[in-house]
Amino acid sequence: MEKIELAKQKKQVKKRNRFIFRSAILVVLFGALVFAIVSNLTAEEEAAVDIKEQAPDFQLDRVANNEDEVESSLQLSDLEGKGVMLNFWATYCEPCEREMPYMEELYPKYKEQGVEIVAVSVDATELVIDKFVDHYNLSFPILHDKDSQVLDAYGIRPLPTTYFIDENGVVVDRVLGELSLERLEGYLQEIVPKGT
Amino acid sequence: MNTIKCSTCGHQNKEGTTICEKCGKPLDNDQQGTLLNMRYDGSSIRSKTKNRSIVDKIWNFFSSVKVGVTLIAIALVASALGTIYPQEMYIPQNVDPALHYRDQYGLSGQIYYQLGFHNLYNSWWYMVLIALIGISIFIVSIDRGVPLYKALKNQAIKRHPNFLKRQKLFGEYTAYQTEDKTRFINNLKKHRYKITEKDGHILAEKGRFSRWGPYVNHLGLIIFLLGTLFRFIPFMYVDDFVWVREGETAVIPSTSQQYYIKNEEFIFETYGNDDEDAIFEEALQNTSGPVPKHFETNAIIYEDVSKDVIGSEPELKEVKSGEIIVNEPLKINGLALYQDSYQLNEFQTMSFKLHETDDEAEEAIVEFTVDLTDPESEYVFDNGYRIELNRFYPEYELNNGEPRSVSNYPRNPGFVFFVYGPDIEEREASFLAIGQNIPSGDNQYKLSLTDFGVRDVSGLKVRKDLTLPIIGLGAFIFMIGVVQGMYWQHRRIWIHQATDRMYIACHTNKNWYGLTKEFEKLIDGTSFTMVRDQEKKNDV
Repeated sequence: MEKIELAKQKKQVKKRNRFIFRSAILVVLFGALVFAIVSNLTAEEEAAVDIKEQAPDFQLDRVANNEDEVESSLQLSDLEGKGVMLNFWATYCEPCEREMPYMEELYPKYKEQGVEIVAVSVDATELVIDKFVDHYNLSFPILHDKDSQVLDAYGIRPLPTTYFIDENGVVVDRVLGELSLERLEGYLQEIVPKGT
Repeated sequence: MNTIKCSTCGHQNKEGTTICEKCGKPLDNDQQGTLLNMRYDGSSIRSKTKNRSIVDKIWNFFSSVKVGVTLIAIALVASALGTIYPQEMYIPQNVDPALHYRDQYGLSGQIYYQLGFHNLYNSWWYMVLIALIGISIFIVSIDRGVPLYKALKNQAIKRHPNFLKRQKLFGEYTAYQTEDKTRFINNLKKHRYKITEKDGHILAEKGRFSRWGPYVNHLGLIIFLLGTLFRFIPFMYVDDFVWVREGETAVIPSTSQQYYIKNEEFIFETYGNDDEDAIFEEALQNTSGPVPKHFETNAIIYEDVSKDVIGSEPELKEVKSGEIIVNEPLKINGLALYQDSYQLNEFQTMSFKLHETDDEAEEAIVEFTVDLTDPESEYVFDNGYRIELNRFYPEYELNNGEPRSVSNYPRNPGFVFFVYGPDIEEREASFLAIGQNIPSGDNQYKLSLTDFGVRDVSGLKVRKDLTLPIIGLGAFIFMIGVVQGMYWQHRRIWIHQATDRMYIACHTNKNWYGLTKEFEKLIDGTSFTMVRDQEKKNDV
């Protein structure tokens, strides 16, 4: 009787070990599979900084409508406490051009509520930005990413790309491509600081 | 787990075993004399046992060779499909793929595009397929390799006569001398068989390691797949690109703005400008355009040593300089910069002069140069003339009658100038572009292009690939496995010593012909006759 019991116990242990062994291997293999798929999908993503991440800090020179401002450059971290709409654009980009008037239209209203609009131009020359800003009479700060450093840091590919950053500097939304007036307003409402 | 008790020796064999692990007696009680299936040496394949839990069921699914072969077949068909039309990365970059496939290849091209075959090798389902093959290979190897290893390691020397009788090559001998047996064993040793003996029973074996060939092969494949998986880790693999204009400094992508590269000069040479090229003269006459001979970028790599925030003026320290030639990259911190592309003669400056419209000699009133990389908005002159650059289009195109730029780069610059002067009432506007000079009206003054400066743009590939050694190792191990399994065979010869007779049986995992030939040599000088091939029914 004892022998049978012992054999039974041994069998149980063996069975359990096998189960653990097989489960472990399957977990590792399927983990690798999921890693490959997820990496492949994110590799096709068109910007490096993702939602829920801290927006990398940067500092760029203000251009165009800067005449009456004292500071000639703007640092993102200086805007902490405010919601920030960070728009990457260029004068030669038609969809960027289409959404600019919407941004200008909503800017005064949301500035009052503690939201700043910052437009980072990746144009090569200041002249074209000046002429563009003049033409559309834009009043929000325009920054010039002359050497594409910020573009590289954010890993931006399509233009326009727009980040909506909350008062703590965390990315709430990211839009690759053009925004309509309604969608723009919806996103802006999301980053109005909680205190106000 | 159920066990099967051997009727001869009483050994408890695992469920699924077909040949007793201890005495080698076939456990199927077959009386017809059918030959034994020697796969995995009759040991129990774990997956062939009962499915118990979900884990076992998944495990058993992947351990099936049938499933593995099916997966490989599907992958082969899919891979072949991807070669029918060019993949998306090989079609011209400036076209819309949706239209390109339809226009170039018609309906089948459209279907091809809509099924996503234009980007097949990066599609999620193709990756899943490859990953499933990897999982299958891994599990099959464990599931079959381990029992086989155990069975061969612990194989019995003395085998049941039924085991020998049911081998493909079998012989039964009654009349023989002891010398014959000794001679036979010596011959076996001469042919590098490893002999083990127990109570007169003999097991002669060679080339067992060739049985591990498939498993070594699988190991190589798994390492290979792991290597490709590591490509997703940015530390291991970088594949990027940067355009640098002559005289400009650009941030090197994928370095977190740590490194910058300056293009000092781009050198482009064609055949036919050199005395040495005289031998190509005839060949060159048959080509329409110039034939490129040499591309080279003289570059300086800088490191940004400032700890300032991104976007602030970098503090550049030179770390390296040299030439980048097609197969001779400039390397920095594990990254290699390769010469990949170029654009020749992009405009950098343009010079203009102002003259009276009806002056045939076009005598210059003022002259000025516009730096296209940083144009000024106004050019003021002492003689009272002032020229305003009102609009600048680096790459000008007409869009619904409106001029606009389609890029950042001065490839086809267009300008709107306003001319102010002491004798001009308000201003005179004119639009200038390559081959165009359009006045706004009846202009008194005219602007003309006098000169221009150009520069080249160098396109550099930024590469880093630490996965190559891993992939290479995988491929190498794979080849070892192939050689191991292909060029050697696992041959075994059993001698069962009964009281009045002797049985000899032979087995090999492949190349039976070779084994028969070898057996002919083994019985050389003995009275033993050739073993019978029991598969050949009509053999007399």
